[in-house]
Amino acid sequence: MRREPPQTIGDYAPLLFPAAMLTIFFVVPFGTMIAVSFFQRQQGGFYTPAFVFDNYARFLTAFFGGVLGFSLMMAIAVAICCVVLALPFTYMLTRMARSVQVVWLVALLSVLSLSEVIIGFAWSTLFSRTAGITNILVALGLMGEAKALTPSFAAVLTGMVYQAFPYTVLVLFPALVRLDPTLTEAARTLGASPLKAFFTVVVPALRNTIVATLIMVFIFALGSYLLPQLLGRPQHWTLSVLITDQAIYQSNMPFAAAMAVFLVLVTLGLVALTVIAGRKGEAA
Amino acid sequence: MTSIFRKFYFFLIALFLALPLIVVAGVSVNQKQTLAFPPQGFSTSWYGEIFLNPEWRNALMASVTLAVLSAALAVTIALPLAWFLWRRIAPWANIFQLLGVAPFTLPPVITALGLLTFWATVGFYGQPWTAVVSHAIFFVTLPLVTLSLGFTSIDRSLVEAASTMGADERTVFRTVVLPLILPYIVSGYAFAFVLSLNEYIVAYMTVGFTMETLPIKIFNALRYGYTPTMASVTILFVTTAAIIFGLVARFGDLPKLLGAMSSDGK
Repeated sequence: MRREPPQTIGDYAPLLFPAAMLTIFFVVPFGTMIAVSFFQRQQGGFYTPAFVFDNYARFLTAFFGGVLGFSLMMAIAVAICCVVLALPFTYMLTRMARSVQVVWLVALLSVLSLSEVIIGFAWSTLFSRTAGITNILVALGLMGEAKALTPSFAAVLTGMVYQAFPYTVLVLFPALVRLDPTLTEAARTLGASPLKAFFTVVVPALRNTIVATLIMVFIFALGSYLLPQLLGRPQHWTLSVLITDQAIYQSNMPFAAAMAVFLVLVTLGLVALTVIAGRKGEAA
Repeated sequence: MTSIFRKFYFFLIALFLALPLIVVAGVSVNQKQTLAFPPQGFSTSWYGEIFLNPEWRNALMASVTLAVLSAALAVTIALPLAWFLWRRIAPWANIFQLLGVAPFTLPPVITALGLLTFWATVGFYGQPWTAVVSHAIFFVTLPLVTLSLGFTSIDRSLVEAASTMGADERTVFRTVVLPLILPYIVSGYAFAFVLSLNEYIVAYMTVGFTMETLPIKIFNALRYGYTPTMASVTILFVTTAAIIFGLVARFGDLPKLLGAMSSDGK
């Protein structure tokens, strides 16, 4: 039974339910959100249909601009840390026995499925004064007395890298596992050290994969919502936190929607820029 | 890479991934109601608390119900779509593939806020079933990806043989396609189930005030004072996830599901 174009209306039947569900519950909500972002807010948490740019104008103030800048910077830092850590790890993992790979993959999937709440709770415990890792350092004589490492930028970064690391490995895995092993073998035969072969053969061969992974981890990290609240100070809060705050606690849906639309645009814009840059680099 | 370097590197990564879990496991067996680590005394009473304390039990029930139903709905959306795309040449239908992947690719707060405005507009905000639909849409990507992968691995000549022998479309699907695709249905369901169990922001934005799932319960508990029950729930959940993924790996080809070629090199 080869693939063939639909002959009758009946052939479209299987598409009906998925198409309806995705349209009603994804396309329509997305459109609703865009519409609401232009609505006028009323006192007391309601809003009325309108077409105003106030919500966007408010967003372009120094405060929210700063939050946006911080969110982007944070996500970029997480993406770079994750790829630097995960690339050699995934490469070596794909060269191991399949049974070993399976054990690691199960572990990574389990960590990936951990709720952000749980990751935040675990790291806030690890960084606390009473039950944290500084106690171990004290016991080893490396430190005078235990101290709290949270809230801080480093704590938020650690939590977010922890959350995104398994995701990074799983995004890199397919490309690395399919990488032709003869490439590195050739380099080794010609006398390159394993490290040199990795940096001169594997990394350049995976240029596009690395760029794609950076983008995907960047978007993943941009979605982090609880970790900045649990591990950071208010100045470490990201756009996701502010959007939820406006939507739920300030009952300002139009403003929350405007921020969300802006976040989508910035995300897509950055992705497009990176893709274009990647194409140019390839042509050169 | 030299073997010693590799072992050390893998040890550090394993430590990094395990450290939070070690601490949480330690806290979960504390005798007293504190978050002390290393644990003081040993008690498994906090695990009992999950099932005995009505608040924690209700949250557990809410999470499990939500995950069971939303993963099932996600599969019923993904299966006909993936099948249609495999069976028919209809390039424009790929737009639905894209729509199925989009909710999981964008920052979750976008999908969550979109659904919140939608449910509020149509007047269903806060209804428990809206969380089921929301999670199904948010996680439909996972069964969609595993099923698309599963369909590409089906040998089309098998299907052709069945239809030459006189089987109609429905019989072919039931007797040939379905048995071959079943492992991918199961793993797609398993992925959506486990991630739904632990999801916070979409559940919170859609039904957070009327229904408390476990992640929401844990976050609320974090704000109003720590209890070791949070730690026991964490360990219970991560163990469940490890068992489910372990089973997927035991009965299916996990590296292949995650993008590697199958073990026989195909």
